[in-house]
Order: sequence, then structure tokens, then C-alpha cells
Amino acid sequence: MDDKRARFEEQVLPHLDAAYRFARWLCYSPGDADDVVQDAVLRAFRGFDALRGSDAKSWLLTIVRNCHLTAAKQQQRRALVPLPEENDEVDGHAMIATTLDPESDSILSDQKQALERLMASLPEEHRTVLMLREIEEMDYAQIAAVTHVPIGTVMSRLARSRAALKAKWLQEMEGEPRAVR
Amino acid sequence: MQCAESLRVQAYFDQEVDALSAAEIERHAEHCSECRALLEDLEKVRATLRRHVTYDAAPPALRAQILRALDQEGATAEAAVAATATPNPRPAARPAAQQPPRWGGRAFWTGAFSGIGGAAMAAALAVFLVMPAMVSPLANDLVSAHVRSLMPEHLIDVVSTDRHTVKPWFAGHADVSPVVADFESQGYKLIGGRADYINHQRSAVVVYQHGPHFINVFTWAGTDRRNPSNTTRNGYHLAFWQQGDIQYCAVSDTGWDELLGLVRLMREQA
Repeated sequence: MDDKRARFEEQVLPHLDAAYRFARWLCYSPGDADDVVQDAVLRAFRGFDALRGSDAKSWLLTIVRNCHLTAAKQQQRRALVPLPEENDEVDGHAMIATTLDPESDSILSDQKQALERLMASLPEEHRTVLMLREIEEMDYAQIAAVTHVPIGTVMSRLARSRAALKAKWLQEMEGEPRAVR
Repeated sequence: MQCAESLRVQAYFDQEVDALSAAEIERHAEHCSECRALLEDLEKVRATLRRHVTYDAAPPALRAQILRALDQEGATAEAAVAATATPNPRPAARPAAQQPPRWGGRAFWTGAFSGIGGAAMAAALAVFLVMPAMVSPLANDLVSAHVRSLMPEHLIDVVSTDRHTVKPWFAGHADVSPVVADFESQGYKLIGGRADYINHQRSAVVVYQHGPHFINVFTWAGTDRRNPSNTTRNGYHLAFWQQGDIQYCAVSDTGWDELLGLVRLMREQA
């Protein structure tokens, strides 16, 4: 294995899972995410010399987003984002498979599905800043770089997405009995 | 109407302000019930997301497919070189994604100050810009060791969520015997241990998982040298501390707040 490939595997490939998660939040379809991630990793490899020991994760996620935008534009896919169905099984390979919570699995799984639906109902740019902050734990500067907007915009999007998610979550939890009535 | 301070309060929540601004915001929140409620909401949203959101690791088939594609890329090395030399071989096809972003360019910071109390962000920026100055060979070694550990099959030598398994394992494999504890209920799950070579010693490494992030806690016998300052290298945070005669360094791509949360727990454990 040549040197560039070895360095790439060491510096960039550890972020493959993060790239895949990000692609899933962008595309919301496993098949599309596969394509986008593969495309992005190959592009990252070709342009690896531009990285120069910097923040490889932000860099890779930036390329993932660019590839997603290009793919979305090409296939006019954006209007057809499928929302997860009520009974959709969670596919793929969950990273954390064990739930050691005292609550029963079914309640937990209901809440997980509800949250998934709510996240899917957020505009993409709101969903992504929220996930980059709360799950990827990136700071404002990293999120600004990945989403290619000023830090001020990151902050306002974060504020709006958090407020929206809170409102929707409350509505969902309190609205539960309405569905039965 | 929202309090005019709400974005600063959010920046405080996200640990994006310096100590001075933080104190200011805390004083403000004492008098502003709206901002107190906002802080509670922010915490609730974070907890809900981290508890319930589902995320998948990249499927093994995708990983294999990507490695194969990289093999091909390497096999046609000449073509790859040509592609880099002419970054736009298919004009009009994919302008946006064709070139990987240039890092640290101006566009990155353009408008960074729009829509926020400037002082807070200036402070955050100052911290960010000072970092490259704190280059130490030790920090480099730690980041390299962390990055190596993230490669497949490198993370853990002894897989266990039980500290009574991990701790004795170190006795035969490392030169130090660090604090080992599980903090799963606080969001830091002990997943195992590893031996690594750090600072000319067989370092004991305790490995935690926080959400999708791995945290390596490196430990080695302390000299009387002062602890290095916390720093950030290549997107990874390094938090240093000392307990007894053992030096600790936690390395991860988590947020600072989350990394220091583990540090706090481990220090309390001693």
C-alpha cells in the first residue's frame, strides 16, 4: 500500500461512520447515502493533498455535503424525500445495539420513531446543524465550515431548529391521546 | 417576544463564550426568567436527541466497496495524478463537488461576526487562533495514537464494560494502573482498554464511548513536569490532568464540554 493511501486510511477513514451518519441525515435514504459517501470518499482521496494535517472530519463532511447537493440537483431528488413510515423497521447496523434503560423497549422505540419523524419534518439545513452540534458535537466554526454559511447563520439556525423540535416534541407527546380518541 | 440575549445564552450553553461573557450571561439569567427557561429547554432538547436519535455506522458492505474503489484509484495512479492536475475533467457535470474545499480559506470566516454579540465570538476566535502555537511532540504523539486506534481492529485490546476486568488486565500490559470506572448512566460507557506506547512508557489506555464518539484516556507515570495545557489538534481535543503520580490525557472529537465532563467524573472517582 503506498504512502498516500496509508495516510488517507489513517487520517480520513476513521471518519467514515461520521460521514455516513451525516449523509443519512442529509438524504434520509440508505441507498442514496451509500452513493454520496462513496463519491465523497473518492473525491477526498483525490484531493487529499489539500488537507495538510487539518481537521479531517470537518473536511470530509464538507465534501459529503457538496456531493449530496450535486446529486440532489442532478436527480431533482430533493422534492421527493421519503419520510420514514410508522412501521418502518430501523435498518442498517445500529452502533449501539444494547438498551439498558429501565423503560420497556417498545416505549423507547415509539419515542425513537417519533423523534425520527420529527427530525425528518425539519428543513434539511435545520436538521443538519442540529445533528452536527448535538450528535457530532462540532463547534460553531466547524459547523459553519461544513454547511458553508457564516457563524451567525449557524447560530440562528440552531436556535430555530431547537425551538421547532421542542415544540413538535411537546405536541407529539401531549398529542398522543388525540390519536386514540 | 424573545429576549434579545437569547442567541448569547445559546452560545453560552454551547460553550462558545469566554469566562468573562459566561459570568455576564449567568448574571443576566438570574434576572431573566425567559433565558432561564431557554437554558432548560436547550438542555431538554439535547438530552432528548442524545437519548433517542438513531444513527447507524457505515454498513460493512459500503466500507468494503469503498476500499475496493480506493484500490482501483491507486491502480490507475497515473489517471489519478492527471485528475488532480486538471480538476475539472468533465466540465459542467459537477462544479460544486469537483474540488474538495480549500481549508482555512477566507470564505470560512466571511461574515463570522454577523448576528451576534461580537465580544463572545472574538473570544472564541482568539482561543481558536492561539492553538497552533501550542505544538508539543507529546500532543502530536497522543493525537497519532488516538487516530491509529480508530482504524479497524486497533481500538481495544481487552473488550469489557466491567472495570474489574479492564483494571487487572493493565497490570500485565502497562506500566501504570489508572482509574477505571464505568459512567454509562452519565453518558460515558466504558468499552475496554488498550496498551499503547506514550512518553517512552507502556501507557494504559481506557476507552469510552460517548454517543457515536470514542474517547481514549491515555495514562502514564507522571514526571514532575507541569501538565501540558488543554489543546486542539486536527479537530481532536486533548484534556490533560494529573491524579496522584499518574498523568492523564483524554483525547476525542467530542465537544469540549462533553470531554471535560468525563474528566470531571474521573477526577471525582479517585
